[in-house]
Amino acid sequence: MTTSYETREHDVLIIGAGGAGLRAAIEALAKGASVGVVCKSLLGKAHTVMAEGGIAAAMANVDAADGWQPHFRDTMRGGKFLNNWRMAQLHAQEAPDRVRELEQWGALFDRTDKGAILQRAFGGHTYKRLCHVGDRTGLEMIRTLQDRGVQLGFDVYMECTVTRLLTDGGRLAGAFGYWRENGRFIVFKAKSVVIATGGIGKAWPVTSNSWEYTGDGMTLAYQAGAELMDMEFVQFHPTGMVWPPGVQGLLVTEAVRGEGGILRNKLGERFMEKYDPQRMELSTRDVVARSIYTEVKEGRGTEHGGAYLDISHKPAEYVKKKLPSMYHQFKELADVDITKGPMEVGPTCHYVMGGIRVEAETAQSTLPGLFAAGEAAAGLHGSNRLGGNSLSDLLVFGRRAGLGAAEHAKRVSYTGVSEAQIAEAEKELLAPFSNPNSESPYAVHRDLQKVMQSLVGIFRTEEDLKKAFAELEQLKTRAAQASVEGSRLFNPGWHLASELKSMLTVSEAVALSALARTESRGAHSRIDYPNYDPVWEKKHNIIVREGVEMKRRESAVEEMPDELKQLAMAD
Amino acid sequence: MSDATLRVFRGVGTVGGQTVDYTVPVAPGMVVLDALHYIQGHLAPDLAVRWNCKAGKCGSCSAEVNGRPRLTCKTRMDDLPKDQPITVMPMKSFPRIKDLVTDVSWNYQVNKKIPAFHPHQNTDWKISQIDVDRVQEFRKCIECFLCQDVCHVIREHDAKAKFGGPRFFVRVAGLELHPLDAGNRVGLLKEELGIGLCNITKCCTEVCPEEIHITDNAIIPLKERVVDQFYDPLTMLFRKIRGQ
Ligand SMILES: Cc1cc2nc3c(=O)[nH]c(=O)nc-3n(C[C@H](O)[C@H](O)[C@H](O)COP(=O)(O)OP(=O)(O)OC[C@H]3O[C@@H](n4cnc5c(N)ncnc54)[C@H](O)[C@@H]3O)c2cc1C
Ligand code: SF4
Ligand code: SF4
Ligand code: FES
Repeated sequence: MTTSYETREHDVLIIGAGGAGLRAAIEALAKGASVGVVCKSLLGKAHTVMAEGGIAAAMANVDAADGWQPHFRDTMRGGKFLNNWRMAQLHAQEAPDRVRELEQWGALFDRTDKGAILQRAFGGHTYKRLCHVGDRTGLEMIRTLQDRGVQLGFDVYMECTVTRLLTDGGRLAGAFGYWRENGRFIVFKAKSVVIATGGIGKAWPVTSNSWEYTGDGMTLAYQAGAELMDMEFVQFHPTGMVWPPGVQGLLVTEAVRGEGGILRNKLGERFMEKYDPQRMELSTRDVVARSIYTEVKEGRGTEHGGAYLDISHKPAEYVKKKLPSMYHQFKELADVDITKGPMEVGPTCHYVMGGIRVEAETAQSTLPGLFAAGEAAAGLHGSNRLGGNSLSDLLVFGRRAGLGAAEHAKRVSYTGVSEAQIAEAEKELLAPFSNPNSESPYAVHRDLQKVMQSLVGIFRTEEDLKKAFAELEQLKTRAAQASVEGSRLFNPGWHLASELKSMLTVSEAVALSALARTESRGAHSRIDYPNYDPVWEKKHNIIVREGVEMKRRESAVEEMPDELKQLAMAD
Repeated sequence: MSDATLRVFRGVGTVGGQTVDYTVPVAPGMVVLDALHYIQGHLAPDLAVRWNCKAGKCGSCSAEVNGRPRLTCKTRMDDLPKDQPITVMPMKSFPRIKDLVTDVSWNYQVNKKIPAFHPHQNTDWKISQIDVDRVQEFRKCIECFLCQDVCHVIREHDAKAKFGGPRFFVRVAGLELHPLDAGNRVGLLKEELGIGLCNITKCCTEVCPEEIHITDNAIIPLKERVVDQFYDPLTMLFRKIRGQ
């Protein structure tokens, strides 16, 4: 049985309207492709809008010694050498041009006294490198890209969720989705598809991520046969809000530390002196998150189980000017005046370094015609991302994905979409309306989050991860039985039922990869294997689908050319 | 922990619908959006609500709480009277889709009419911080559309066809005052965006969660530009004489 659906055709279909998706769209449009952009929320509401601290680009406006080489070195070191070196190189080389381009499209950054774009310090960056607009950099970026796209003329499908990629004998044919507003189905025929759907944080309860971060794009790619890579590397940002309960997990931007914020435990000790005496608060995120976690675990945490982060030694006017949204966020949501006293902070699930495996130059996945960029793609950040390197990633590889997709579209023609696949996709989506059980998708989601937080969190062990598998199996069964009330009209319970499947897929991929990697590196910390293992330094975990089974393979880390090796190792 | 009653609008489409009362346990620091999520998770799984950031940054969660247009993620339960139900209604100026979700697509259509940033030729892209600061205010807008919701030109007179609304006056101000912009959107303001329909009631400024001084800093200076360019022969004469 197939119910009715509408059909749309685009040379390049872009799934996701955050920084990566919009930048890809702009590039594909510039190359003459017809472009459709699909997103789950309204235009301009993607995660990118929430980014605060800034865009990393070695423009050397503040520290003249900066250049692509130090940025490359910092990125590789931050990622503990698991990064795709070519991506790290392209990223460091191209980011400054991408920022200038934004400025030419109307973005206004804070300035140096010479009138150039101002740059601030951030964790793991040797030089002052983050271009910013106070602490609302993402808003400026997404509005600029959005308006540029509107000006060039793309078609935007807002509040539309893609649930499946369509293939035709191994070739990509398009995508299937539904309108959130009325539950009607839509089929996109496309020559190339770019996945720019962001991350997976909603599988954890304490997270800075929104409801959109359910790992849909990675699941789409995985289901269609593309490879996922490095999924064990999930970044816990060291500073999320911990109190009151409603705001737990909300991000406290790293810019607070970039501007001089100091971390202390309840005894008043500046504990980073112990964990990273050189870089202190501006150590990499993996280190700071583990340090706070350890302080709390050993009984030196604050009243609500966090650490104190204090910026009140800076003049109040300065704090309000450089960190306005943090000032308001704490004042309005936590009754704390950050110009007068410390904030309470603790780790929050923030970003996933792993994702769809792509080729550096074109951002193409292992499935021809399928491209990926932004948080949904893997490679650039290795085992740990530096702050500010995401927004630059979106611009550099968003552009490359758009270019790659447009060029691919020139070489191929449309292929037929399979009615059988469409019928199957419809059946799967509609199942919750006829499930006899009364399993609530919300209850399954809550239980999944508990499992991921307690068993697949900051610190991991073999025992916990094995337990997690057993739990995930049960949750999969329950998710398949989820039932929903009401109709297909804007029904969040129904939407969640479908997103649960993505969350379970990526959760399993994280657990499977985390169990295999018997070492600690970057964001992946194994209590039972606390050290680096030189063997694992040379290996990626790859996740692929074989029938209905999820399989893990290993693949060798690509060797860097000698001159880059020297550059990365040099002091 | 005490309980609160939320009186939430439920209904599909532009006509009909009614409010339904839900009892929600109140935790410290809770906001109205938390209460709506509790209702979704435990009492009414199909309750339609928009949200994203839960931190006042994305402008998705707009609704009318106790009659006032607000971001539900920034409205604290402990700031509202406890002895009566908290009413949560969808924005009134936009067609209802379901429950608290309204059709805001008109705003995106207005936005399309506004010509994008158009830089001066031969600029060296040096800008002073003072010039940046002057426009920052307008660029803070998170597109919550609460100002559009409250503006009587839209709300009572439904003049959507000939009016842009405060949000888009703010957007035009952000472009016109960009230190390197060479565009001219004054004709657009007068004609398509109907800035003349605004009679400076300042209701928009009062509801703006970003505390943008919409009326004083955006609308009034833009109105002056319109007057200068279209109506004021004296100014125009002066300009001619002074060669501006
Ligand atoms: C609070 C916060 C602050 C941050 N600050 C910084 C910072 O200062 N600097 C920095 O570099 N990074 C920062 N980051 C990280 C960075 O913002 C994100 O990694 C980045 O914005 C992701 O961009 P993206 O384009 O990959 O995805 P997003 O911007 O998240 O966009 C994803 C898009 O995909 C769509 N989508 C998802 N699934 C589907 C589906 N099934 N069908 C259709 N559409 C779908 C969504 O609707 C959305 O439009 C921050 C993150 C957070 C949460
Ligand atoms: S000041 Fe003008 S734009 Fe603002 S609410 Fe009043 S009439 Fe509307
Ligand atoms: S101007 Fe203020 S009220 Fe209006 S849309 Fe922007 S943020 Fe919202
Ligand atoms: S959810 Fe983003 S502003 Fe309220």
